[in-house]
Amino acid sequence: MRLEPIAAPTLARRLGFPAAALALTILVASLLALTAGANPFATLGLILEGAAGSRFAALETLNRATPLIFTGLAISVAFRAKLWNIGAEAQLYAGAIVTVLLGTGLVPWPLVLPVTALVAMLAGALVLLGPVLLKTRLGVDEVVTTLLLNFVMLLFVSYLLEGPMKDPGGMGWPKSSPLLPEARLPRIVEGLRLHWGFLLALLAAVAVWVIQTRTTLGYEIRAVGQNPRAARFAGVPVNAVLVKTALLSGGLAALAGFSEVAGLKGHLSLDLSPGFGYTGIIVAMLAMLNPLAVIPSALFVAGVFVGSDSMSRAAGVPTYIADILLATALLFMVLAILLTRVRVVRG
Amino acid sequence: MTSDASGAQPDLRPDVLHPDVLHLDRITKRFGPLLANDAISLTLKQGEVIALLGENGAGKTTLMNILFGHYTADAGSVTAFGKPLPPGNPRAALAAGIGMVHQHFTLADNLTVTENILLGTRSLWSPGLNLGAAADRIAALSRDFGLAVNPAARVGALSVGERQRVEILKALYRDARILILDEPTAVLTPQETEALFQTLRRAVALGLSIVFISHKLHEVMGVADRCLVLRHGKLVGEVATANTDRHALAAMMVGAEIAPPALSPATPGPALIRFANVSTPDQGAVPGLKRITLDLRAGQITGLAGVSGNGQGALSDLLSGLAVPSSGEISLGSTPVTNWSPRAAIHAGIARIPEDRHKTGTIADFSLTENAILERYGEAPYSRKGWMNWRAARDFTTHVIATHDIRCPGPEARIRLLSGGNMQKLILGRVLEPGPKIILANQPVRGLDIGAITYVQKRLIAARDAGAAILLISEDLDEIIEMSDLIHVLSAGRLSPAFARGEKTPAELGLWMAGQGFDMETSRAA
Repeated sequence: MRLEPIAAPTLARRLGFPAAALALTILVASLLALTAGANPFATLGLILEGAAGSRFAALETLNRATPLIFTGLAISVAFRAKLWNIGAEAQLYAGAIVTVLLGTGLVPWPLVLPVTALVAMLAGALVLLGPVLLKTRLGVDEVVTTLLLNFVMLLFVSYLLEGPMKDPGGMGWPKSSPLLPEARLPRIVEGLRLHWGFLLALLAAVAVWVIQTRTTLGYEIRAVGQNPRAARFAGVPVNAVLVKTALLSGGLAALAGFSEVAGLKGHLSLDLSPGFGYTGIIVAMLAMLNPLAVIPSALFVAGVFVGSDSMSRAAGVPTYIADILLATALLFMVLAILLTRVRVVRG
Repeated sequence: MTSDASGAQPDLRPDVLHPDVLHLDRITKRFGPLLANDAISLTLKQGEVIALLGENGAGKTTLMNILFGHYTADAGSVTAFGKPLPPGNPRAALAAGIGMVHQHFTLADNLTVTENILLGTRSLWSPGLNLGAAADRIAALSRDFGLAVNPAARVGALSVGERQRVEILKALYRDARILILDEPTAVLTPQETEALFQTLRRAVALGLSIVFISHKLHEVMGVADRCLVLRHGKLVGEVATANTDRHALAAMMVGAEIAPPALSPATPGPALIRFANVSTPDQGAVPGLKRITLDLRAGQITGLAGVSGNGQGALSDLLSGLAVPSSGEISLGSTPVTNWSPRAAIHAGIARIPEDRHKTGTIADFSLTENAILERYGEAPYSRKGWMNWRAARDFTTHVIATHDIRCPGPEARIRLLSGGNMQKLILGRVLEPGPKIILANQPVRGLDIGAITYVQKRLIAARDAGAAILLISEDLDEIIEMSDLIHVLSAGRLSPAFARGEKTPAELGLWMAGQGFDMETSRAA
C-alpha cells in the first residue's frame, strides 16, 4: 500500500471525508454512552442542548471558546513555521500575571486596558523568546523547553499566589487581589455574560489571517515552515523569522490569559486555565492551522466541553466523554484531511 | 544457494534449455492517468547485453521495477529461464537469478564489504556463520569478474566506484544470471566506466545476460548488442547496435532530430568574481576546498568537472552565499566581499541554479507565483512596507511562464505538480529575468528530458553571450566538455589548472578526476 498525492481534490472529496470523520466521531461517542449505560441519542442530544440549547448555554460556549481562539491562533501561527510551541499554557499565565499586576492600581483608568493588553502580549512573547533563542542558537529542541516551561510557570504562579501577590482579603485562598473595576473588560451587552474578550479574539483571528496572507512576514513564516532549506537558500533570514513568529505566538497566547482575568474571572488563581494552552493544539490542528478556521474549531471544542459538563449532570455519564470525543474527533479529522489530499493505492 | 549447487539446477543451465533467459510479455503499468508502461515486450538472450534507452520518465525504471518485483504490473507477465515469475515478489526474482544494481546504492556504510554482501542472505549473527569462507568466495568472484575490492573494508570508506562493485558482487554472490544495471555510469569517471565495461564483458563471456539502462548513447554503443528504445511508456524501436548510430538512437528517443546547442568561441571579459586561495573545512568524509584560486570571467562558461563529493558542494555554497571560506578571500571585481550571505549574493547579481531543485530550489507546496518571487519577495514591487503585492508577483510569474514556455495549470498551481523540466524553467526564469552578471549552474540539466536540457543549455549560452560569467558544475563529463569554454577539474577539494576547450580528451580529464594529474603536478613541483 502506498499513498499517491491527488493533484486537484474534488469538492466531494474535500467535504465527504471530513463529514465521514464527524459521523465516525458521533458513532464512537454513541458507543461510549452505551457502555456507560445511557441512551446514546439522548446523550448526544443533551450535549448539543448543553452547548447551544439556550441563551445561557450558547453564551457559556462563546465564553469558553474565547481563550481557545487565542491559544489556537498562537499554536497555528507557530506550527505554520514548524515552530513547535507546546508552551501556550505558560504564555497564557504570563499574560494573566501582568494583567493582575497592572490592573490592580498600577496604571490609571483610560490607559489601563490597552496598556495591560500590550504588556501582557510582551510578557507572553518573552516567555517563548528563551526557548526559540535556544533553538536558533544551540539547536535545543523547543518541544522539550516549551513544554517544561509550563510546569515552571505553574509553580511560579503558585509561589506568587501564596506570597507576594496573595489577596490579603482572600481568607487564605491562593488567589490574587481582584482587578479594579476599570481594569475589567466590559460586557458586550449589559446583563449578558459575554465580554469584549470574545470580540478581541475574533479580531485577532482576522489580524493573523491578514498577516499570513497579505504581509511579507506571513510569506516568510510560511516559507520557513514549508521548506527551511529552500528558504535559507533564497535569502530568507530563517532565524529572525522564527524569533518574530515566536513573539507573535507568545503574544497571542498571553492574550488568552489577559482576556480570562480581565473579562471573566477578575483575579488570578491556579485554576485559571484548565489546559487552554494544550487544548489550543487541538483547536489549531482541527482548523488545519488556518486562522479563520480557528474560530469555528474553537467553538466546536468549547461546545463539546460545555455540553458534556451539562450532559454529565443530567445523564450521569462521566464528563470524560468530552476528552474522548475531542481526541477521536482530532484523530478522524487528521486522517480525513490526509485522505482529501492523497489516495491509497495498492502495489 | 551456493555456486557449487547452482550447477546442479537444470534451470540455471539455460544455455541448452532456454536460449531466451528472460521474456517480458506485454507489460502494462498505469499510475493514475499516466501510462508508464504500455504493453512492452522484450526478450533477453543468453550471453547478451541489451540497452534500455529512453529519456527520464520514459518508463525504463518502472519496467525494471516490475521485472524485479518492486511493482506489480496491471497486465502482462515475466518469464525467467522458461518459468513464469510471480508478480510483486523481489525474493522470487532473486531466487530466479535476477540481480539488480540500483542507481542509488543500497549498502550499509557501517558494515564491511563481506557483511554487506551477506546481508539479507542470512542473519549476520547466525551460529556457524563462516565469514572467512564467504570472504574467500567474494575474493574469487572479484578475481573472476575483475571487480577489485577489499572484502574486509568498511563500505563507508569506499569510493563510489568501489561501492558499485560491491553492489555487483552482491548480485553475483547470490548467483545472479541476469544483471540489471540502472544508470550505472552516472557516478563514474571515464576510467571507472571502462573498468565496469570490462567486467560486463567478462560476465557475458561467463554466460550471464545483462540489461543496461542508460541515456548516454556513446556508452550504449560501446557495450550493448541490442538497443531497445522507450518513449512515453511505449517501446518505439529495437535495433542491433551494429546497425545504428548515436544520431539515429537520439532521434528515436526524442521522436525528432535534436541538434546540440552550438557554442561559438567565447570573448572573455574581466573577472567578475575571484576566489583567492580559498579553503573550506572538510565535512565528514567529503573534503572541503584546498586553497583553490579561481576567476570567473564575463562572457565565459567555466566548467567544473569531477566526481560528486569532491568539493563541488563547498564551492557551490560559497558562490551562492550559504558559506564563507575558512581562509582565503572572495572578491567581486576587485572588492573583497564582507557579510557574505544568500541575500548578499543575490544583490551582487549572482543567479543561483541549485543542485537540488526539489529541496533547495523550490518550496513544493508553494504556488508558482510564491516560488517565482522567492529570492526577491522583500523588495519592490513585490513587497512595500511589509505588505505583499500579489498582483505584481502574479504578473511577473505570468511573464516568466510565457517567456520560458512553462507547461502548468497557471500561476496559482502548486509547483510540486510540475515536471522537473518545467520546475527548472521556473527557477531559470526567476534567476535570469533580473539580468544577472554571474551565474552558478549546479547540475542544471540533471534528470531533465532532452527538450528541457536543450532549452536550459541554450539559455545559459545566451546569458554567456550577453556577458555573464558562468560556473557550470556537473558530474556528467560530456555535458562539461560540450558546454564549457574553460574546464577545471575538482578532485578531493583540489582544483586543477584551467584547460581550454578541446585541450584535453575525456580520458585525460578522467585522470585528473581520479586525482592523478594532481600527483604529477606535485611531483613535478618537488
